Amino acid sequence: MAIVQKKHEMPTQLPEVRAHNFSEVALGYTAEIAVEEAKRCLNCKNRPCVEGCPVNINIPEFISRMKEGDFEGAYRVISESSSLPAVCGRVCPQETQCESKCTLGIKFEPVGIGRLERFAADYHNENAKEKPELPTQNGHRVAIVGSGPSGLTCAGDLAKKGYKVTVFEALHTAGGVLVYGIPEFRLPKAIVAKEVETLKALGVDVETNVVIGKTLTIDELFEQGYEAVFIGSGAGLPNFMGIPGESLKGVYSANEFLTRSNLMKSYLDKPVTPIMKGGRVAVVGGGNVAMDAARTALRLGAEKVYIVYRRSMDELPARREEVEHAEEEGIDFRLLNNPVEILGYENPDDPRDPKNGFVRGMRCIRMELGEPDAKGRRRPVPVQGSEFELEVDTVVISIGTSPNPLIKDTTNGLDVNSHGGIIVNEDGLTSRDGIYAGGDAVTGAATVISAMGAGKVAAKAIDEALCARK
Amino acid sequence: MYKIAKKRSLNPTVTEMQIVSPLVANKAKPGQFIILRVDEEGERIPLTVAGVNKDEGTVKIIFQIVGATTEKLNRKSEGEFIQDFVGPLGVATHTDGIKKVCIVGGGVGCAIAMPVAEEFHRLGAEVTSIIGFRSKDLLILEDEFRACSDRLVVMTDDGSYARHGNVTVPLKEMLEAGERFDLIITIGPLIMMKFVTLTAKPFGVPVTVSMNPIMIDGTGMCGCCRLTLNRNGERITKFACVDGPDFNGYEVDFDEAMNRGRMYFDFERHAHEETCNLFKKAEA
Repeated sequence: MAIVQKKHEMPTQLPEVRAHNFSEVALGYTAEIAVEEAKRCLNCKNRPCVEGCPVNINIPEFISRMKEGDFEGAYRVISESSSLPAVCGRVCPQETQCESKCTLGIKFEPVGIGRLERFAADYHNENAKEKPELPTQNGHRVAIVGSGPSGLTCAGDLAKKGYKVTVFEALHTAGGVLVYGIPEFRLPKAIVAKEVETLKALGVDVETNVVIGKTLTIDELFEQGYEAVFIGSGAGLPNFMGIPGESLKGVYSANEFLTRSNLMKSYLDKPVTPIMKGGRVAVVGGGNVAMDAARTALRLGAEKVYIVYRRSMDELPARREEVEHAEEEGIDFRLLNNPVEILGYENPDDPRDPKNGFVRGMRCIRMELGEPDAKGRRRPVPVQGSEFELEVDTVVISIGTSPNPLIKDTTNGLDVNSHGGIIVNEDGLTSRDGIYAGGDAVTGAATVISAMGAGKVAAKAIDEALCARK
Repeated sequence: MYKIAKKRSLNPTVTEMQIVSPLVANKAKPGQFIILRVDEEGERIPLTVAGVNKDEGTVKIIFQIVGATTEKLNRKSEGEFIQDFVGPLGVATHTDGIKKVCIVGGGVGCAIAMPVAEEFHRLGAEVTSIIGFRSKDLLILEDEFRACSDRLVVMTDDGSYARHGNVTVPLKEMLEAGERFDLIITIGPLIMMKFVTLTAKPFGVPVTVSMNPIMIDGTGMCGCCRLTLNRNGERITKFACVDGPDFNGYEVDFDEAMNRGRMYFDFERHAHEETCNLFKKAEA
């Protein structure tokens, strides 16, 4: 039988429909498509895809199960390595990881590994009746700081080995960036909640409303009897550009804009937490978070949404799929443009005009690409005299984050680098014995799966260290 | 869920509650705040800690009924529960080396100023308190202030109680009479804190102001609470939730903070009206 050269397409909501709702964009394979796609896998001997996966899922094995229609079996294979399969199947950049290594991909399109993973996970979540078995407890206690992807992964791996794990979360809902950052239309919150429930069934305790560094310190966790601590506290404080007008009403950090819409559900018809809806919106930045913010703004009812990015499409760091989805939905990419000032409305005749102090526009300058910088990316250089005004009501700044100092400031002997990121060795161990860290708190803003990889590495190291102590 | 251990009304628009939260009670210091949600779908609102009882594991909060969330909170009774309660957040008020302090509180801000005054009193500093209210009906915590102040001046804007006028009047008199405080701490409406700062400026007395901007997470993650400081000709962005809530009054851009505070004014007014109407319907 001839090999199907292209990946089976992912069924999606039509762009003109999905631009006005918060339901998931990608609808997922049917069982028939999943089996057909699984059959594309060559089951090659050297299994390069496994190397490409930060958590080393046994990909050919789970795909073999799917070929036979054994979706639950496929899920079991995945869940041996991943604590969050339904999440990864949706938000992992497979095109630069497992799928980039696929042997089939040398000649044709690679196997749609991510789509298959998602199908297996969704199948399990819909059909599985029995709860996972509670592992035999080994009596050791581990504390996890933060319930985002790195923390949940670390918690899951340790719980499966019999550790009594407590996850401390600062917000009122578990999930970290998976609930406050990534929008519903890319990752439904019910899926995150389900993955957290699975971990709880494994015996993991989740304590919300505890800010480590404030409510409790790391040292107090050791005093309470925890033998190791994993810090997965996330990316931290949003950066601003330092240009005039950033404190006008209508200027948000991407973190704030997304947190209002996602965690606080401002997207609902009658929200309890307000957000500016409609009008014209400029999102500054070119990462995945910027794409999420732009597409959220559109769904909140914006009549026009711009992405303003100072480099060109080649340098734009967001996933290709996200950029394509955004373009299809009608997001206007203003590339090689850089904001220099956000302009506010001021009525000279009426100081009580309700529009006073709100954003009315953004002055930008055109850029061109100059010499490559230290990272090899061509440096954007302003074109003199090319300034122009973009008429907007809302500006969302999505230019990255700086590490949160709350834990560093309250934990003696915890070394951080010049950017404020926690320093760890290859096992995720920090400068303090028994304290491990991973995810954005170490690397600065990165991907869900790399955070999960770090959580996994740390879980293994914690297990080895505590076993050695027994 | 967090239990409301005690509740009392301080005046028709201001309520005091003691919430059971041993972890927060164990850590909270004057000047710090908490964030709460009343119910499952509620918004997150910051409130300053007005006192703690470590033995009972309770945290005292005092709030003015100004919007939908505080309206809902005020409808809760003793023994009932609120959904979320997290803290203590922010940096505690610095008290080191202060021997003579003037506390200037306005309106419900006095609820935040009171534990600060108590703390200085406990540390042995000489405490002068000036507290102001729009009218007699809105007066709160007079006895509590009297107990921890070496000198107390009460002001009402309309003259319906104690001395007529706003808080800057006695402050200016004291400074002009040669009174030298190590520090003035002012807590209340932004406009009042701005004018307290301006009043103190000619006398070179340090002023600490307590900022209370709109917040969401309270841990620095969202940047909603940002404000601008003017320091040595530079404009610096700070986050009130992690860098504050206390700031040097001479550096704060009050006008910008007042503008940002009004971002959702219309939304909040409508939400409050709707909530009140819902409660009225339910009662009818």
